[in-house]
Amino acid sequence: MTASLAVTDPVLHDFAEDVGAADPVAVAGGRTRWAVGGALADDARILAAPTGIVAYAAPEMTVQVRAGTTVAELDAALASHGQRTALPDRGGTVGGAIAVGENAVETLGRGRLRDAVLQVRYVSAEGELVTGGGPVVKNVTGYNLPKLMTGSLGTLGLIAEVILRTNPIPAARQWLVASEVDPMAVADAVHAPGAVLFDGTSTWVLLEGHAPDLAAETAALGSVGSFAEADGPPTLPPHRWSLTPAAAAAFPDGRFVASIGVGTVWADTPQPARPADTGAAAIAARMKHNFDPTGRLNPGRQAGA
Amino acid sequence: MRLLDRLTRRGAAVVDPLVADLRAALAPERVRMDGAERALMAKDASVFGGGVAGPTCFPTSTAEVQAIMRVAARHDSPIVPRGAGTGLAGGAIPLGAPVVVSLQKMNRILEIDEANRIAWVEPGLINLDLSRHLHPHGWHFAPDPSSQSVCTLGGNVANNSGGPHCLAYGVTDAHIVALEVVLPDGEAVMLGGLDAEPAGLDLRGAFVGGEGTLGITTRIAVRLTRNPPAVRTLLLSFSSVRAAAQTVSDIIAAGIVPAALEVMDQRITVAVENFVSAGYPTDAAAVLLAEIEGLEAGVDIDAARIDEIGRANGATDVRRAGSDAERELLWKGRKTAFGAIAQLAPDYYLHDTVVPRSALADVLEEVYEIADRHDVVVMNVFHAGDGNLHPLLLFDAREEGTLERVHAAGAEILRASLAAGGVLSGEHGIGVEKQRFMGELFSDADLEHQNRLRRAFDPLCRANPGKVLPEGHSCADIQQLRAVPTGVWG
Repeated sequence: MTASLAVTDPVLHDFAEDVGAADPVAVAGGRTRWAVGGALADDARILAAPTGIVAYAAPEMTVQVRAGTTVAELDAALASHGQRTALPDRGGTVGGAIAVGENAVETLGRGRLRDAVLQVRYVSAEGELVTGGGPVVKNVTGYNLPKLMTGSLGTLGLIAEVILRTNPIPAARQWLVASEVDPMAVADAVHAPGAVLFDGTSTWVLLEGHAPDLAAETAALGSVGSFAEADGPPTLPPHRWSLTPAAAAAFPDGRFVASIGVGTVWADTPQPARPADTGAAAIAARMKHNFDPTGRLNPGRQAGA
Repeated sequence: MRLLDRLTRRGAAVVDPLVADLRAALAPERVRMDGAERALMAKDASVFGGGVAGPTCFPTSTAEVQAIMRVAARHDSPIVPRGAGTGLAGGAIPLGAPVVVSLQKMNRILEIDEANRIAWVEPGLINLDLSRHLHPHGWHFAPDPSSQSVCTLGGNVANNSGGPHCLAYGVTDAHIVALEVVLPDGEAVMLGGLDAEPAGLDLRGAFVGGEGTLGITTRIAVRLTRNPPAVRTLLLSFSSVRAAAQTVSDIIAAGIVPAALEVMDQRITVAVENFVSAGYPTDAAAVLLAEIEGLEAGVDIDAARIDEIGRANGATDVRRAGSDAERELLWKGRKTAFGAIAQLAPDYYLHDTVVPRSALADVLEEVYEIADRHDVVVMNVFHAGDGNLHPLLLFDAREEGTLERVHAAGAEILRASLAAGGVLSGEHGIGVEKQRFMGELFSDADLEHQNRLRRAFDPLCRANPGKVLPEGHSCADIQQLRAVPTGVWG
């Protein structure tokens, strides 16, 4: 019987053929986060993922897009229908963003990247096309391969295409900034901000929603401090730290921008290595072995390294 | 005569070594093997026949779950975790006479950590008890299955459960931050973490929805969701199910994402109204319950738009809940819909499929036709905003041949959903119910990769064998062959 999710797109089959089944291989997107996870082995053959938006069903709030498509191109297509996704635009590709798994600065408003990936199609170590997840917004059919692939840095499979959940762009958006205010009090004063950022001195807040609500929230912020309109978030330092929300709000010193309520901190220095739970590391090692026994996918790289 | 009966008849002189070891590891009174307990543990809330339960353990700590796992491993016995037994896909039905691990005694809220916006809870905690506890502090747990007054958080994690408010907030998976789990070899492992982007593979994401086949959850860090400042609840009446379904599509297409969009057809509305007297219109072919949450001005803007879209689709009446009490009553009607069925038939089969929202109306028409063709009464109450259908097939199991007709109709409904571009399950999981259909959605390679994920957690296939993946794609067959002839309980 024909499988419902059988891959019929010849472009994806060509990509699978290019990947093949034997030698070390990796995919390069925009190389905007090329260093994440360690250095790629010298002998790896480098491929580009297929490009193009395959299907965009705005009323379904889903978009099917090939991995090599730039996030900017996707954003432009969605924006023309008043929608957006959780993917951050760092100048790279959709597949790169998902393989790395980092959230956008506006995580609170856009949602987490891991929750946006409804279906993933990837090429396995054996050169086969595999589909995980499904094409609809709610789906618990089988094991969650989309979650496993998100943030796996292409070490378990090379992402070829995804179906993403989209969301409406709010009717009104406004960044505000104030100095010498308690960022936690700011976060508490507004109901559902798109982002609250703190650099040790100033606090930026992104308000999103219907215009009258933004006016009311802006007024509510007046009781916390003296806010002025801002063009956008502050410039982010280059290194990304993953902390608990509480630890991020108390980030020690140096130049930094902390995402309040989320826990991401952008800083001048890299985050010290985090000790992995040994049990989880053992599962991850078995996972790698099960998916890529010869270690040919993205050799040299390790998720979380 | 089965070995169990022989052992029981001969009294306490002979105790199965597995049971003896479990009793030594826990406490004798927390390892039960009497007939009543085994009968209770043999089934869940689904229509599927009971399995065969081995000894049932009631651990009270992670260390005890580890001890049970180690004893089971030593005896080469499968294990099956169990919450409240409200699962509808047969996920908790014990196959191969496994050790049943009931988490109902591990039901505490361990910590509310507002600074990190999470709560640590134990898996046996009842979903609604958590939200009731959090509410006065300004928070709640967003996933709200219809069974939330009885189902447990551990069960929600196992099935990646949904509920009406998952339209805006996402299913359970989006609300699980970290998990302590005990693997089938007895090791306790922390998956995920409280930090923004935990390092390494997303094993927490892979574990949620594993239906008990990857290990046993012992502690859960759940994300806290702010209580909304404003809520508006609307009840729209329609003269056709198609008009209600079209309204749902049009609301989403208009860029509005309500907290919930639920549809009930006339048959179920009448049953519910008899049951709770919530003021549901019994003359409408379908009602749409729409709820919007957020800030004051925005909820009014969205409510007015929904009203307008509904009327454009021919809504015969649009009612707004005027008070919290009225709102709660409307929700009580929706959430007790399954209980209300008891007036009409002794048994029901609650199905769970998903279709694209734009296909809702067409697939619903097919569902009614399929039911008619099989001479089965069908009612529909469903999470329309997600495209998540819940056809309820009514029957009387005492009538010969009825259950067969119900299963035949159920299979056709599944295939109609798949043909419309949908999937097999939106929130109930696969369990033993939908395994044989997995191959109609996924290719052999897809299923093989799901099995790779499973075996990274459970290389020996000892956790809840015989679930999710169809025969030929899991080690379930091997496990059961091994368990039945050697198992004392088979």
